[in-house]
Amino acid sequence: MEGKTDKAKPAVTRDFDPERRSFLSNMAAAAGVTLAPGVMLYGITQTSPARARALGAAASSDVRWGMLIDLNRCDSGCNECVTACSRENGLQGHDRPATDAQWIRKVEVRDPATGASNSLPVMCQHCAEPPCVDVCPTGASFKRADGIVLVDKHTCIGCRYCMMACPYKARSFVHEALEDQKSHAPRGKGTVESCTMCVHRIDADKQPACVEACSDTGGGAMLFGDLNDPDSEISQRVAKYASQQIRADLGLDPGVRYQNL
Amino acid sequence: MKRIIYSEIEGQSLRFYVLAGILGAFVLAGLAASLYMEHYGHYVTGMSNQIVWGTPHVFAIFLIVAASGALNVASIGTVFGKTLYKPLGRLSGLLALALLVGGLAVLVLDLGRPDRLIVAMTSYNFKSIFAWNIFLYVGFIAVVAVYLWLQMERRMNRYVPAAGMVAFLWRLVLTTGTGSIFGFLVAREAYDSAVMAPLFIAMSFSFGLAVYILVLLAVCRGSGRELGDVVLNRLGRLMGICIAAVLYFTVVQHLTNLYAAEHTGVERFILLDGGIYTALFWVVQIVVGGLLPLILVFWPASGSRNAGRQMALASVLVIMGGFAQLYVILIGGQAYPLSIFPGMDVSSSFYDGVVASYAPSLPEIVLGVGGVALALLIVLFGIKILRFLPATLADSATDPHFVAAAETP
Repeated sequence: MEGKTDKAKPAVTRDFDPERRSFLSNMAAAAGVTLAPGVMLYGITQTSPARARALGAAASSDVRWGMLIDLNRCDSGCNECVTACSRENGLQGHDRPATDAQWIRKVEVRDPATGASNSLPVMCQHCAEPPCVDVCPTGASFKRADGIVLVDKHTCIGCRYCMMACPYKARSFVHEALEDQKSHAPRGKGTVESCTMCVHRIDADKQPACVEACSDTGGGAMLFGDLNDPDSEISQRVAKYASQQIRADLGLDPGVRYQNL
Repeated sequence: MKRIIYSEIEGQSLRFYVLAGILGAFVLAGLAASLYMEHYGHYVTGMSNQIVWGTPHVFAIFLIVAASGALNVASIGTVFGKTLYKPLGRLSGLLALALLVGGLAVLVLDLGRPDRLIVAMTSYNFKSIFAWNIFLYVGFIAVVAVYLWLQMERRMNRYVPAAGMVAFLWRLVLTTGTGSIFGFLVAREAYDSAVMAPLFIAMSFSFGLAVYILVLLAVCRGSGRELGDVVLNRLGRLMGICIAAVLYFTVVQHLTNLYAAEHTGVERFILLDGGIYTALFWVVQIVVGGLLPLILVFWPASGSRNAGRQMALASVLVIMGGFAQLYVILIGGQAYPLSIFPGMDVSSSFYDGVVASYAPSLPEIVLGVGGVALALLIVLFGIKILRFLPATLADSATDPHFVAAAETP
């Protein structure tokens, strides 16, 4: 582990500039599309946090999308990630907090013994061993090859067993008819849903909306990237600094990690 | 042994049609409640993103658990060779089928998308205990139907013991599956225990017998058939053993949890300061549904002359206790907050760290009652159409020791 990190270090710049990176990957994508579509997908793996997937191409298990959230940069009063998620995915409340969907929420955590407290966003943790996928009778709840856990809205029968099984309370049931849905984030009354890690954005070479909002107007606490790529910034960071998975004792290996929890 | 004569009920009386009408009305009301919930969405119920399974599930699981238990009466006759239980076997099979269908109807009609039942029947994830249960339920219906046919077709009677054994094993697996729906939930502190499977099996014996006793009393009274105290007392004492088994597994379940420091929070909630759940647990589940019926079945009043009334009362209490137990397990287990950050105080806009509130809504109750009515309606028409009921269950006909006992000075 140590050697790997050291070897990769020189290739990484400390000050990550998402715009520069995305510009570079767009250039690479443009070049790839023009010159050699087959080579392109492999070629930009090294530089882009997300990379476009050719239409019809399957997600690859070479990639494991994940997030690292630094709680030292996550402010208790900040809700930018939650707002961005609702806007991006068309989640509208009905002033019924018990039944309104929440894909991401800010949780205030306080140690009763010491009084130390933290504020952190909690969403679908995109487990490597997701209990929601295990219990789903129809296979509607599934994990994509690149580690993103999703619900197939066409085969979900609305039994809510996944909600019983999820240790993170990450899922919501659609309790009423919906209007003004986003075409990229289809939802359905009577089915279960949760954070998709903005899969539509990832497939289009963009970062999840919460991560983007956090870096634009929030504290810059959220980092998104490929945990399988030793050169990605997220891999570098988790290799160098201690990070935690929530309820790591359950052995589910979540793709979302927290720093300074 | 005397040949047992079975016959249909006449089913022509005003009383029959009134009863069928009332049950039918409840079934229709249940369907209407389901349509209402599907049309507006589940926000019109008491269920939420915190309490995702509510009153319909309490009814459905009660009916499904009782279904496998109701079949035990037949099993005791054929698998364990108890002569006294043989005439009771056909009704036991019919009741088991009816209860299962009633329970499944409630379960399906509460789905977010009941119209996608065909998806559930054609698209399987074989790692899901729910998917296994779909096979177990459908298989149970098939196995019991064959078992009933072999019992009712005299030429096929010699295959009854084999079929009875298959049905008995199947029902044990089925209830193991139902209990494991909860036992396999690693994240929920109130569940996540292998004891759920045997606990549910004990519950099925107890609830199933209670429903069987009540139905037997009702159909015998209603159709003017004699029902002797020997049969009733035997069924009652058997129920007593099952009630004791439920109490035993309940003690094991809570003691195991109490011993683990990480679970003391949820135990404290259920046993001590959970409000309605604590009250339901101690008063209804333990005292009314456990200890009282135990006393009733093992200390028969004055020479067991009132066996019918006494066993009926014991059965009603067991059913009340059963509903309370499932309510505490299901709703209480969900109301206690998930421990996402063990040992920490947490709060959020999504009810993290707080006890979730839940009150059963009218549509949920009506749907659940509709399932019960459907089960009873199936029994009612079953005994009218086919010969499920023995012509008599008088002591002289059922008790193999009857004559000898009478001749003893």
